[in-house]
Amino acid sequence: MKQPFPFSAIVGQDEMKQAMILTAIDPSIGGVLVFGDRGTGKSTAVRALAALLPPIMAVQGCPVNSAKAGDVPDWAVLETKTLVEMPTPVVDLPLGATEDRVTGALDIEKALTKGEKAFQPGLLARANRGYLYIDEVNLLEDHIVDLLLDVAQSGENVVEREGLSIRHAARFVLVGSGNPEEGELRPQLLDRFGLSVEVASPKDIATRVEVIKRRDAFDNDNAAFMLRWQAEDAAIRDRILTARKALTRLKTPEKTLHDVAELCLALGSDGLRGELTLLKAARAYAAWRNDTALTRAHVKDMAPMALRHRLRRDPLDEAGSSTRVARIVEETLG
Amino acid sequence: MAEAVWRRAVLAMQLLAIDPALGGMVLRARSGPVRDGLVGLLDWLPQPQHRIHPAISDEALFGGLDLSATLAKGRFVQEQGLLSRPGTVILTMAERAATQLAARLSMVLDAGSTHRLIALDEGAEPDEALNPKLAERLAFAADLSDVSVTEATLPDAFDPAAAITHLRHVAVPDDLCEQLTRIAAQFGIDSLRAPLFALRAAKAHAALRGKMTVDANDVEIACLLVLAHRATQMPGSDEEEPESPEPDQTDSDDQDQTDTRDLPDELLLEAIKALLPDNLLDRIAAQKARQGKGSGSGAARKGNRRGRPMPSRAGRLGDGARVDIVATLRAAAPWQTIRKQSTGRDSLQVRNDDIRVKRFEEKSDRLLVFTVDASGSSALSRLAEAKGAIELLLAQAYARRDHVALVSFRGTQAEVLLPPTRSLVQTKRRLAALPGGGGTPLAAGIVAALEQAIAATRKGLTPTIVILTDGRANVALDGAGNRVQAAADAQRMAQVVRAQRIDALVIDTGNRPEPALSALAQTLGAIYLPLPRADAARLSASVATALGD
Repeated sequence: MKQPFPFSAIVGQDEMKQAMILTAIDPSIGGVLVFGDRGTGKSTAVRALAALLPPIMAVQGCPVNSAKAGDVPDWAVLETKTLVEMPTPVVDLPLGATEDRVTGALDIEKALTKGEKAFQPGLLARANRGYLYIDEVNLLEDHIVDLLLDVAQSGENVVEREGLSIRHAARFVLVGSGNPEEGELRPQLLDRFGLSVEVASPKDIATRVEVIKRRDAFDNDNAAFMLRWQAEDAAIRDRILTARKALTRLKTPEKTLHDVAELCLALGSDGLRGELTLLKAARAYAAWRNDTALTRAHVKDMAPMALRHRLRRDPLDEAGSSTRVARIVEETLG
Repeated sequence: MAEAVWRRAVLAMQLLAIDPALGGMVLRARSGPVRDGLVGLLDWLPQPQHRIHPAISDEALFGGLDLSATLAKGRFVQEQGLLSRPGTVILTMAERAATQLAARLSMVLDAGSTHRLIALDEGAEPDEALNPKLAERLAFAADLSDVSVTEATLPDAFDPAAAITHLRHVAVPDDLCEQLTRIAAQFGIDSLRAPLFALRAAKAHAALRGKMTVDANDVEIACLLVLAHRATQMPGSDEEEPESPEPDQTDSDDQDQTDTRDLPDELLLEAIKALLPDNLLDRIAAQKARQGKGSGSGAARKGNRRGRPMPSRAGRLGDGARVDIVATLRAAAPWQTIRKQSTGRDSLQVRNDDIRVKRFEEKSDRLLVFTVDASGSSALSRLAEAKGAIELLLAQAYARRDHVALVSFRGTQAEVLLPPTRSLVQTKRRLAALPGGGGTPLAAGIVAALEQAIAATRKGLTPTIVILTDGRANVALDGAGNRVQAAADAQRMAQVVRAQRIDALVIDTGNRPEPALSALAQTLGAIYLPLPRADAARLSASVATALGD
């Protein structure tokens, strides 16, 4: 398997890159949804993200990447409980994945050969503390979507099937991409994504040429190309780590909280998830920019990303959600 | 012309053999000696060759548990999928490949594997074609429909080995990237995969000829092979264009003088233009309409692989059936002692009779075909109200995950404004732009709706035709303004709909209930809803009740 295309080498698509970096700074923002046309680098960006993420410490061989020896689920039989450094897991959920593969199921090998009832963890276990990536999320089977919704919400995967009764932690950042023309997402699933971005092909020739050149260089002389961008990827990684630290010290003035609430009220977004996500995204954004306090400017910049997919769908509204968010941001925050 | 098409197809095949990153090729042709001839050339591509069909299971593609072997050997036996080893994949009946399969194959191609995919597209109608998502990832496309057997001369034997080793040494002129990107942009090709493929094709062609650098000839061939079939507009027809051509043009002229290997853009544009079919615009419209089609999640799934689980039953392996392991073991358990005694073996013994297969229940998705009368009489009175009602119904359809199609009739003919889709945004946009005026070709409207409904049935949807009209049919099927003939035609088409057992609903939007429409509804076996003074909300409520929810 070839190494993924370096994140820093992606030309343009700043909003998408920004959104992904924010989830890396604060995973509790809750994932990114990338919608756009074919051939705009959606999948490339997500796969590139994996290489960019700082490593995590986890119990060696633990099926759910537990951070402490005490968190290892009792059904997992481990020889040692030493902590090792491992890359942040980025798990691909393929479209054809069956329910068994997603949630985990009876370990067939053990059942057949030893007659034991053992649990074989699925993709959700592997994605714990990392990222779960669904390409073409809008084409995912409805029953898998239902399952994901439940797990993404509770942070816990409960398997009650084939005589097994297992539960394990499954906290992950959901990253989805898709082309809206091929089918829409249910509002319930939309809401589970913290941020959403819309991407389009670059329109000016110079940018397009640059994309082609970099891709060609990547394909032709992979080693040299990776070396060329290694330093810049490392710089982004360092900045993410710095921002994570800065996040804890960041001040959130009462006034800004008020702004956030007012904005969400004006937009009529369902529930309080909009407010929380907007606040978290704005904080992560401020930390990324190395600012010491949260201001109205941060909120304004993050509002489209955090809110555009949470608006009530209005069958009679012609303007896109992005325009509506921009208009109301302008009206409320000036 | 046809011979040139053939020659280009053969050339594309050679380039594919040289560079796996070109992805593959779409071959549009009916089964026959011409197609077989070209498929025969696949021997140039790396072996093994796999033929797959659109209904192929994921296990067969990606591998999985080999249950029979596992049970027989008493240990875990993994089955190799077709895609686990590099090779050439031939997708037959490619036009029937559902979005789901296209997405999986795209994933494999994207992952940088060394698979070549040859999609054999046998589509008969213009809108029957390979899924655009997958077609986008294949560099080449050839339409062999018009090539006759005599023109399809088999080329000499070809060994790509030399060219493959040579490919690494082919140099690319600095400005080539720019030139290809510019040309792709002028033909309105949005995706950046196109110029990338063109670049690779040019290099492969140079390698094929044993050249060290890509020259004008290579570029021309690459553009013809990769860009021509992706064009969505004639160069110069784009209103946004003026911003760039000026500097670009002089740019390439300069290069032309300094560097004779280079071909100016204009010549290339002309060469590609010559290949473009006359009906490009029609085709683009068809393509655009196709993009709106709903996802594969509404496709026929009567099998036993997805949906809500039901109790498992005795069954056999194969056909993609999923085995309920626990139930199987439970069924086998009581027999173990007897079997051990009879065979003398001490291991677990599972026989074919013990196999239990999982079953799933899935309802097929519903499709509402809205057939809207946009004629003059209707436009005057109730078109706006009808639009409003449809919009309300759309919101409900969205909540229920129904698919929606939109057909309108006016003047002398009917028009499919939107093929079945779940995209609410698109439907609203098309509906808002619906113009009114002209005669009432009711029969033509029914025919168009029927076509959509039948196509949907084939995909496993359950269609319902909703006709909104004021019922004064005055244009016959042949376009003549004859009231008597028009009414007779409408009745005749209604009988066809009934014979196809497609549900229907007739909504009379006239100011007074129209007896002819009531008769039409009877012929259709449909519910008749006269709504003389209803507003949009009431209309929507009535329809919802009539549809049974």
